[in-house]
Amino acid sequence: MTQPIESASQSFVLLRLGERRFAVAAVQISELVAPSRIFRFPHRTPKLEGVILRRGRIVPVCDVAEKLLGKALTSRRFYLIAVRHYGDKSEWMALPVTGDCELIAAEMTNAGEADAPHVAGWISHNGEVIEVLNLDALTPGSEAQPTPDAAPLLLEARP
Amino acid sequence: MRVAAPPAKPHGAARTEQIILFRISGHPFAVSSASVQEVRSVDSLAGAATEIDQPTLRKVRHVVRRGDKALYVVSGAAHFGLPASSASLVFVLRKTRTALLVDGIDKMATMTRLQALPLAYCHEERAWYRGLTALDQNVIPVVNPEGFLTADEFALLDASIVPETIPGELTGDGMELPE
Repeated sequence: MTQPIESASQSFVLLRLGERRFAVAAVQISELVAPSRIFRFPHRTPKLEGVILRRGRIVPVCDVAEKLLGKALTSRRFYLIAVRHYGDKSEWMALPVTGDCELIAAEMTNAGEADAPHVAGWISHNGEVIEVLNLDALTPGSEAQPTPDAAPLLLEARP
Repeated sequence: MRVAAPPAKPHGAARTEQIILFRISGHPFAVSSASVQEVRSVDSLAGAATEIDQPTLRKVRHVVRRGDKALYVVSGAAHFGLPASSASLVFVLRKTRTALLVDGIDKMATMTRLQALPLAYCHEERAWYRGLTALDQNVIPVVNPEGFLTADEFALLDASIVPETIPGELTGDGMELPE
């Protein structure tokens, strides 16, 4: 049995999905924005709802509630714009949340072998034990792949 | 001492691309006009098309002859997994033996920026689209003309037809687009 390793205090953003709260390392968060129009187009990747336009960038919207709560969100109050890593590349991803977010400092206990891949660790806050999410495992995506016909017009949107 | 500013780098004219905005089952798409050889009415295929019954490839129901090549007619709705719609036009695509059934054309436009499909999209859509473009406060997927049929699917289709049985060549009636 592996012993959890205590790490130094770091910043986390607490987000609310329905009745539950989860945490994401603050370094992975770009901003919290009001919901905007989602542009949908055909695709085959589960959990992706479409894209939003944010600061001239096209940002995919990923509903993680189904995986975390077992049901999709019926309402959403904000999009938490997070940085998702794909190998050595990273891009923004919008996560719908149902309530206000909170920035806290806490010490994280690393995830154990029995934890799901999307659990990066655990923090304790106000008597509540909260899952710290590993967005790279929770959200779809793969290593950077070539896009067919990388056109000369191409302007990548990377954070 | 005042140091002269370095000469400004010449700004080349922004590269743009003409695109055709079209619809399939109510969804907007774009395709580079340079990759569309011809736009035809679906009615013009009558008499020139032969039916194909390939159970594993329902998106292709017809083939037409174009010169010495077989041109496979792909249902855009079936390809993208959209509800069946009544296609009225067919795009004959360049550099691929594919023709695409679409519901209609919205307009021509100029694309100044093509953004790569976000890496979160990691399934077939990476082959379907060249990327996304923002146009008039909309985000439109720009289709990849070579993404409608894979090499394996072409091989499957080629094996299922007898070229001599394809009736008359597809000629006339279409609107040719300049390359």
